[in-house]
Amino acid sequence: MSTIELIAIILGGLTIGSALMVVLSTHPVRSVLYLIVTFFMISANYIMLNAQFLAIVNILVYAGAIMVLFLFVLMLLNLSKDNEPKTSLLMKIGATIAGGSLLVVLIGALKDASFVTIEQADNTVGLVENLGNLLFNKYVLPFEVSSILFISAMVGAVLLSKKEKQVID
Amino acid sequence: MEGVILNNGVSLQFYIILATIIFSIGVLGVVIRRNAIIILMCVELMLNAVNILMVAFSAYHGKGDAQIFVFFIMVVAAAEAAVGLSILVLLFRNRKTVDVGMFNKLKN
Repeated sequence: MSTIELIAIILGGLTIGSALMVVLSTHPVRSVLYLIVTFFMISANYIMLNAQFLAIVNILVYAGAIMVLFLFVLMLLNLSKDNEPKTSLLMKIGATIAGGSLLVVLIGALKDASFVTIEQADNTVGLVENLGNLLFNKYVLPFEVSSILFISAMVGAVLLSKKEKQVID
Repeated sequence: MEGVILNNGVSLQFYIILATIIFSIGVLGVVIRRNAIIILMCVELMLNAVNILMVAFSAYHGKGDAQIFVFFIMVVAAAEAAVGLSILVLLFRNRKTVDVGMFNKLKN
C-alpha cells in the first residue's frame, strides 16, 4: 500500500466517522459541529482528487454559509438536549437494519461494476481556469438560470418567515 | 484496493464505496432522527455523498463537466436549506417543537 492510499483511507475513515457522529450525537449543536468537520474532510477528499476549486467552494458555501444558517436557527429556536425528541429503540433497530440493507445492496451492485481504464486522463480539470472556461462557455445558461433560482428561494424564505398580520374578521 | 486507479493513485472503487457509505449514513439519519433540523442536515450529507462521486468520476474521465454539476448541486442545496429552515422556523412558531412526529396534522 502506497502512502497516498494510506492518506486516502485515513481521510475516508475520518469522513465516515464524523458523518456517523452527526447522526449519533444527541445534542443538536454538536451534530452541526460534526457536520462542519465532515464538510472539511470532504474538502480534503476533493483536494486529493485534484479539485482545488471545489474544495474551497465547498468550505465557503457549506461550512461558511449553510452550516452557519443551521447553527443560527438552532440557537434561535433555543433547542437543547432536554427537548430533543426521542426515538424508540425498536425504531432505531429498524432504521439501522434499513440503512444497512441499503448500504449492502448498493455496494453489492457497484462492487463488480467494470470500468474501462482511460489513458491520459487530464488531471488539471479541477483548476479555476479550466472550470471557469467551462462554466462561462458551455454552461453559461444554467449558470444564469441558477441565479433566478436563488432569487426565488430568497423571496420565498423572506415571505415565509415574515410575521403574518392578524386578520380581523 | 484493486480496480481502476485514478491519477492520484487511489482507485475509483474506493471513492464509490466511500460515497455509498456516506449516503447510507445520511439515509440512516433521516430515518432515525426526529429533529427536523437534523433531518435537513442529513439531506445535506446525502447531497455531499453524490458530490464526492461526481468529483471522483470527473477525475476518472478527465473532464470538468461533473465538477460544474457539483457547483449546481451546491446552488440547489443552499436554496433548499434557506427555504427549508424558514419553513421550520414557521412551524416552530406554530407548534413550539421541531419533532417531526408532531407535524402530523394540517390544522390544530
